Amino acid sequence: MVRIVPDRDRRPRAARHLSDFRRYVARSAVALALGLAPVTATTAAAAEAVTIRIAYLTQEDRPQTPVTFLEPVLTDAGLQGARLGVADNDSTGRFTGQRFELVEAVVPRDGSVAEAAQALAADGIRFIVADLPRSPLREVAALTDMAEALIFNTRAPDDSLRNDECAANLLHVTPSRRMLADALGQYLVWKKWTRWAVIAGPTPEDAAYAEAVQRAATRFGATVVERRDWTFDIGHRRVDTGHVTIQSEVPTATQLPDHDVLIVADEHDRFGEYLAYRTWQPRPVAGTHGLVPTAWARVHEQWGATQLHSRFEKAAGRWMTARDYTAWAAVRAIGEAATRAGSADPAAIAAFLRGDDFSLAAFKGEALTFREWDGQLRQPVLLAGPRMLISVSPQDGFLHQGSLLDTLGDDRPETRCRL
Amino acid sequence: MSRRRLAASAVAAVTVSLAALLAAAPAVAETIFVSNEKDNTISVIDGATLEVTDTIDVGRRPRGITFSADKTQIYVCAGDDNRIDVIDIASRRVVDSLPSGPDPELFVLHPEGRILYVANEDDNMVSAVDVVDKVITAEIIVGVEPEGMGISPDGRLLVNTSETTNMAHFIDTETQEIVANVLVDSRPRVAQFTRDGREVWVSAEIGGTVSVIDAASREIVDKIGFEIPGIRREAIQPVGIAITEDGGRIFVALGPSNRVAEIDPQTREVVKYHLVGQRVWNLALSPDETRLYTTNGVSNDMSVIDLKNDRVIKSVGVGGAPWGVIVLP
Repeated sequence: MVRIVPDRDRRPRAARHLSDFRRYVARSAVALALGLAPVTATTAAAAEAVTIRIAYLTQEDRPQTPVTFLEPVLTDAGLQGARLGVADNDSTGRFTGQRFELVEAVVPRDGSVAEAAQALAADGIRFIVADLPRSPLREVAALTDMAEALIFNTRAPDDSLRNDECAANLLHVTPSRRMLADALGQYLVWKKWTRWAVIAGPTPEDAAYAEAVQRAATRFGATVVERRDWTFDIGHRRVDTGHVTIQSEVPTATQLPDHDVLIVADEHDRFGEYLAYRTWQPRPVAGTHGLVPTAWARVHEQWGATQLHSRFEKAAGRWMTARDYTAWAAVRAIGEAATRAGSADPAAIAAFLRGDDFSLAAFKGEALTFREWDGQLRQPVLLAGPRMLISVSPQDGFLHQGSLLDTLGDDRPETRCRL
Repeated sequence: MSRRRLAASAVAAVTVSLAALLAAAPAVAETIFVSNEKDNTISVIDGATLEVTDTIDVGRRPRGITFSADKTQIYVCAGDDNRIDVIDIASRRVVDSLPSGPDPELFVLHPEGRILYVANEDDNMVSAVDVVDKVITAEIIVGVEPEGMGISPDGRLLVNTSETTNMAHFIDTETQEIVANVLVDSRPRVAQFTRDGREVWVSAEIGGTVSVIDAASREIVDKIGFEIPGIRREAIQPVGIAITEDGGRIFVALGPSNRVAEIDPQTREVVKYHLVGQRVWNLALSPDETRLYTTNGVSNDMSVIDLKNDRVIKSVGVGGAPWGVIVLP
């Protein structure tokens, strides 16, 4: 990903827009005071704007430099998406008498996420956009202070969170590993590339990714010819002649039984980037690198996505990542439910979110809804190449009696979630 | 001219008139203009032969397209160039441009012909552009991703839809202020007044419905849903709306379901689905209302529906991602 600088020609324009916006706010404040603010029958009376407070909860990460030089080191992945979501919600709120406020809670590396969550609850906040890995997320969801809250998981793809570890106060906006693997699997099967070799990194997350790929193979009629652990310690890209060692090690590491495609499980971006064009056999790379199943990517421009990219880039000065997208979608889901329910009451908003009438337009070509059995957001999954969108799953020909989107991840009969 | 060439042109003339007859013979041959979002061009199609006769280069990402009041010029939104291109119909080339505000997507011309109301998709506002003085005379803040633009026949009421805010904003053109906001279903695309000005029909792409809004009370009086056997509900995405002069027939383009629905305005029920090209976006009636032209963004063509016999009679290949369509008598 490339850090982009706002178009110079547009800067005065954006500045002017901001002043227009301020003027508008001033004007509508007058209109509101005079009771002239137009509202529809379904929305709350707009005599005075009510405020809906949303917390964005995250913890500082250890700084990690991506293997590719093209991606910037981000310190605000997720946060910028939440901010845009609140701005979008507020634009609608101007017409419905609802205001949205984002409370940004960034816990230092040595701080306690649970304590931060308790402080948010004490402050009366009921909506938490949680940009957290599985373990702190579970800890937060289990707090008694959070029993009345609704937590949106925008980061942890763990399937366990949607099954045995599911919780009544937890909704999952980010796709699960199984959804990602199924999305990739459907496409590979559609291509008739059904012999998969899997190479997995050393972390538990990598193992979980590889297991999701194995499960997708079983579901859709593909074969994992071998699963191999990555045990090499390759030279770093920044070392002079680093490519020489990489060039000699990757072929050795990828001497696998004959396969159509090499699937890599490297969620922490340690080695996956090195594989393409260096493998023992000339095979495409997919998984966490190469052809990547993901919630969002800059290469996606269909269904109005161009507009979301453009809004985001203007606000954040960089590309929108999947973590930004899921945070944006979580905040927008709260906003959409608040608008439709015509209420700022957290309980009413939460009930609407889980109800039959909720749906979110999120630049994926169809309405997104939450699965009632595990709280997972149903969504198409993008298959992104480094330079182009390759496809979007579910694929044609995979059938489901309900929603085709339920061919991705755990369907109702498979879930182990008991709420 | 040699005798042989004379004969050849006589044959050509006969062929042309035959083709015209076969193609439901419009009384006056019309010309169709299609904006091609990905090609940065306008395709010009002869209504008699249904062949592309010209391709006009315009600015980047052309979508909204409409005639000037005297029908000698065409205005085209060049979204990525942040301007409106002006095409001279006689010479078929861009002769001028107008300011538009950022990222113009769709617009509507006031019936008096002087003010173009432009939806600025990236900046949450509607700009009023004076086409004579070539200046922006007003900016009206609306919801997120403004798109659809409809104006009442008397020009007093402007309706803009915002795709992410999910509202139809009713704007008084005199005061340039919003007078009502009507919440509709997800991703509203097109707002179209009935010819008598009493109703506004608003399509919702992701919601899959068309809301019928009473223009006086600004309340939704009906919501029309669609069901097509064998097509997933998610693929039914209403966008373009076309209404006949007498208000007797209403057509709605249904996006990736590749269908155009005809709705009976009395019962507000679907009476027929026409199978057209892929991802049908926008619609235009021929001046005599015997044909409906559709832009099909994925199959890169324009379908022609014969409305006398209710049949799709032809697909005409145009440019990349055809978006808007207008017809010159």
